[in-house]
Amino acid sequence: MSLISTLARLEAVHTGRAQPAATVRHRHLSERPLVLVPLTTAGEAGAPLGALVGTDRDAPHLLVVEQPRDRDLRFAFLAELADVVLPYIDACAGAVETAERTETDPETGKRVKVEVDLCADAAQLIVPSRAGIDFVRLLGRSMRFRRTAEQDPEAPHPAPPRVPLLGRWLTHYGERARVPGSSLLLAMTDVLGRHWATGQSTLEDQHLGALLAWIDPPEGMSGAEAALRAELERDAGGQLLCPPAGPATDPAFDNKLLAPAIERYDRARSALAAAEDGADADERLAALTAAEREIRALVDSRTRPTWDAVWRGLDLLRALPEGARVEERWTRDRWSFTGHRDRVLAGEPPQPRRDDAVTAANKLATREREQARLEAQEALDDPLVMAGRRLAGEAFAGEVTDVVMAYGEGRRPAPRPLVTVRTDDRPQLGERAKVYRSLGGRPQAAEFVGYEEDGSCVVLRIVDKMGRGKEPEAGSVPEKGDRVCFTLFEHEQRGGAKLPDPEQTPWTHGGPPGEAVPEAADPLTEEDLL
Amino acid sequence: MTTQAVPAGNAASDPATAAARATAAILSDTLHGRERGVVVDSPPGAGKSTLVVRAALELAEAGRPLMIVAQTNAQVDDLVLRLAEKSPQLPVGRLHSSDADPYDKALDDLPNVRKSAKAADLAGLAVVVSTAAKWAHVKVDEPWRHAIVDEAYQMRSDSLLAVAGLFERALFVGDPGQLDPFAIVGSEQWAGLSYDPSASAVSTLLAHNPGLPQHRLPVSWRLPASAAPLVSDAFYPYTPFRSGTAHDDRRLTFAVPSDGSGPDRVIDEAAGSGWGLLELPARHTPRTDPEAVGAVAAVVGRLLDRGGAAVSERSSDPVPLTADRIAVGTAHRDQAAAVRAALAGLGVADVTVDTANRLQGREFDVTVVLHPLSGRPDATAFHLETGRLCVLASRHRHACIVVCRAGVSELLDDYPSTEPVQLGTVVKFPDGWEAMMSTWDHWSGHRVPWRP
Repeated sequence: MSLISTLARLEAVHTGRAQPAATVRHRHLSERPLVLVPLTTAGEAGAPLGALVGTDRDAPHLLVVEQPRDRDLRFAFLAELADVVLPYIDACAGAVETAERTETDPETGKRVKVEVDLCADAAQLIVPSRAGIDFVRLLGRSMRFRRTAEQDPEAPHPAPPRVPLLGRWLTHYGERARVPGSSLLLAMTDVLGRHWATGQSTLEDQHLGALLAWIDPPEGMSGAEAALRAELERDAGGQLLCPPAGPATDPAFDNKLLAPAIERYDRARSALAAAEDGADADERLAALTAAEREIRALVDSRTRPTWDAVWRGLDLLRALPEGARVEERWTRDRWSFTGHRDRVLAGEPPQPRRDDAVTAANKLATREREQARLEAQEALDDPLVMAGRRLAGEAFAGEVTDVVMAYGEGRRPAPRPLVTVRTDDRPQLGERAKVYRSLGGRPQAAEFVGYEEDGSCVVLRIVDKMGRGKEPEAGSVPEKGDRVCFTLFEHEQRGGAKLPDPEQTPWTHGGPPGEAVPEAADPLTEEDLL
Repeated sequence: MTTQAVPAGNAASDPATAAARATAAILSDTLHGRERGVVVDSPPGAGKSTLVVRAALELAEAGRPLMIVAQTNAQVDDLVLRLAEKSPQLPVGRLHSSDADPYDKALDDLPNVRKSAKAADLAGLAVVVSTAAKWAHVKVDEPWRHAIVDEAYQMRSDSLLAVAGLFERALFVGDPGQLDPFAIVGSEQWAGLSYDPSASAVSTLLAHNPGLPQHRLPVSWRLPASAAPLVSDAFYPYTPFRSGTAHDDRRLTFAVPSDGSGPDRVIDEAAGSGWGLLELPARHTPRTDPEAVGAVAAVVGRLLDRGGAAVSERSSDPVPLTADRIAVGTAHRDQAAAVRAALAGLGVADVTVDTANRLQGREFDVTVVLHPLSGRPDATAFHLETGRLCVLASRHRHACIVVCRAGVSELLDDYPSTEPVQLGTVVKFPDGWEAMMSTWDHWSGHRVPWRP
C-alpha cells in the first residue's frame, strides 16, 4: 500500500468517513450497463442458485434455480440468462463505425492501413464484487464446451441453443477483466475502492454494503458504525440485514431458510410425480408452485439489496467527472469486444481450456503493458493520484525559477535548454535520470542534470519536442514562473517484441503444439448427476 | 529441484580440483554433447562469469558462431570487457538499443569490439552479445549454431520464448538461489503450466526437456569460509557448496581502534567472524526507518573512517578497504534512496547502495544489509522471498553486517508462510520463512545491541 493511501485510510478512521482517493473517475461507465447479481449454491461449485440481471434499475429480471443440483433446471436458468444477456450484447455488436487499423498485408508483407468495423459501443457488465467476476468466469467455463442437440444429437443432456454462445462471451469478459484498466466487466467493490479510501482493510472493502456505508453513511451515523452494522446486524430471525454481495450466501440463510424451502420444493415435486388422478395433480401442482414461489421470494430478498447497492455505487461514481484518458482505454475495450464478435461470427471454436505458450506470453505482455499504461494515465489525469506518486518520489512538481538556453553538440547544434525547478518534493533522481512532462498531451523528455541550493532546486535539460529549428518552437520550453510537473515514469508504453507464431514455438517451450483439434465437450461425471 | 549429473566432488579433495573437474565436464557437454541444451547451476561467486567467458572462447575457437544472451546492459558490457581482456583479438559484437548512451563507454577503447543497434551489422563476428530484450527484436534467416544464456534463472520464460528461435543449441548458466523473475500483474492463471510465462526460463526449459545434462559449480570463490556454510545450508540445502578459501586466507583489520560505539563493535565482530548483527530496539516503522537508515550510514562511515585493510588469497599485502569495495543492500528502492541521502549527509561518496535486484551478480569486500523484515509489522511474500535474502547475504568477500530492528523471530512466529499451493508447480525449498529463521539464528550469535 502506498504512503498516500495509508494516510487516506488513517484520515478515514479519524473522520469516520471514506476519503477520496481520486478526483476523477478512472473507469468508463456505460450509459446503460448490464448489472448482474448472481448467487451460487453453497458446496456446489458452478451451481447457480439465481440472479438478478438487467439494464433497468427498476425492473430487473429475477432468475431462480429452485433445485440447484438439477441440471435441467440449471440449463433452463442459463438459457434464460442468455435470453437477457445476449440481446444486450447483440445490440452493441450490431452498431458499428468504420475505423482504421494497421495490418500486415499477407502478399507484400508491408504494413498497410485497412478500414475495419469497430463497434460504436461495447456491452458493459457490472457485478457487485471480485468474487462475482470469478463466478462469471466459472459460468463461462461451464457453458462454452456444452454441446447443443444440433451440434451433437447423441449428447445425453443437450444444452439449449444459446448457452454455449453465452459461455464464450462470459469467458471473453472474464479474461478481459484481467487486463488492468479495462472496463468491460467491472466489480463494483473494486471500482469504489479505487476512488475512495475507507477506514477498514482492503479485505473488508470486499463487502459492498460495508464499503458503501463508509462512503455514504446514513444520516446521523459515522461510516465506521454504519459499516459495522452492515456487516453484522441481524433481524429477529437471525438473518443479516445487509446480505453479502455474493455469489456466496450467508450460512444462516442457507440453513434456516433456503434448505427447508428446497426440501419442501423437492417433496412437492415428488408428490406431483406420484399423483394418481387429475384432481390430486392439480392440488399437488399448486403446492409445487407455492414452493417455487417461496424460493423465488427468498432469492429475490437476498439479491435485491445488492442490486440496489450496485446502482447506488453507480450513482456515486457517475457524480465524478470522467478522467481524460478513460475514453482511450474504453476504445481498447471496444476493440477487444469487436474482435471477439468477429471471432464468433467467423465460426471460430470456443476459447481453449488452456492457453498455449505463445498466447500465454502474449497475454502476460499485454497486461503488463496495460498496467504500466494505467498507472501513468491515472496519475496524468488526476492531481490526487499524481500527489501519491510525488510523495513516493516518482514525480515532482514546482515552479520554474530559471531557464538558460544551451545547445547540444554535433554539426547542427539542437536546443538543449537548462530549466531549474524549485520543488518541495523529494524525487528519487539517479544520475542522468530521464523525466517527462505532459506537453499538450504528448510527453516531453528531459534529463536530470543536478541539484542546486541544498537540493530544493532540480536542474533539468530538455531534450525533445522543441521542433527542428535552432530556436525551440514557441511554448515548447517552460518559462520562468511556470508551474510544471515532471514524472520519473514514462507516459507511453512501447510495444514489446513480436513473439513467434504458435506453429513456430521453439524446442525450449515444447515445440509447435501441432494441428489444432477442436476441444472435446466436458465429459459427464457422476457428480454432474443428481 | 535440481538433479546432478556430476557429483559435487569429494569433500576431501582440493576445491580447485573439484571446480576444474566440474568445468571440464560442462565444457565437454557444451562442445561435444548431443543434447541441445546444458544447464549449469552456480552458487554465488562460483566463477559463473569465468565459465561463460571460457565457454565462449572455446566455442569461438571451434568456429561456432555464438550469441550470448544476458539480462541487463551492465551484464552485457561486463561480459564484453571480460571477453576482450581474455582474448583481445577475438572479434566481438555488442548489439545495443537505439537509446542514448546504450553501452559502457569503456567499450569504445576496444579495437575488436564492434557496436551496433542492428544485428545485420554484426553478422559474421565470432561472438555477438546483447540483452534478452534486444535479442527479442532480432530476426534471422539462419539461426546461430550456439548460444550462451547468462543469468538464466533470472530470465522469464516468455523472454526465452522470444529469443529461443535464434539459436540451435544453448548453454544456460545461472544461480537458482537468487531472486526469481517476477511479473507486475497476476499470473496465477498459468501457474502449473510447463510454459508459465512468468516462471523462470530454466524451469520451462527443464519441464520440456527433462533429459538435459545439468551441472553445478561446487566451489564459491567469493564467499569466505565463514559465510559459505551458512549460505549453503540456508539457501542451497540440497545442492551444497563450499568456500574455495580457508578461514585464515582472508583477514580484515582496522588501523583505528574501536571507540566502543555500536557501529564500531559490530564492525569488529564482523571483521573477526565474518558476520555482524547490529540490532536496534524493536519498533514498527515506515519502510525508510530513519534510525535504521542512520545506523546503516553510520556503519559505512566508520568502515571508511577506521582505515580498513583486507588481506586475501589475491594478494598478501593488505589492500585498503575503499568506498568502492563496500556496498549497502536493501529490499526497497526508497530505502536505498534514503541510505544514499544519509551517506551524502555524512560526506561519503562512491559506496554502492542498491536493492537486492540490482546487486545480483555483484561482489564487494564488505556489505551492509538492511534486513528486509526490519521494523515491519507483517511479513509478506515479498519480504520473505528466499532469493532476496540470499542475494543480500552473499555479495561479500570478507564480512557482512546486518542492521535490523529486534523482533524478527517473533515476527516470523506470527507470520508463517501462507502462500497458496498451486497444482503442478515445483515447490521451492527452502521457503523464505525457513531461510529467514535459519539465518537469523546464526546472526543472533553475532549480535551487537545498539540504541541510537
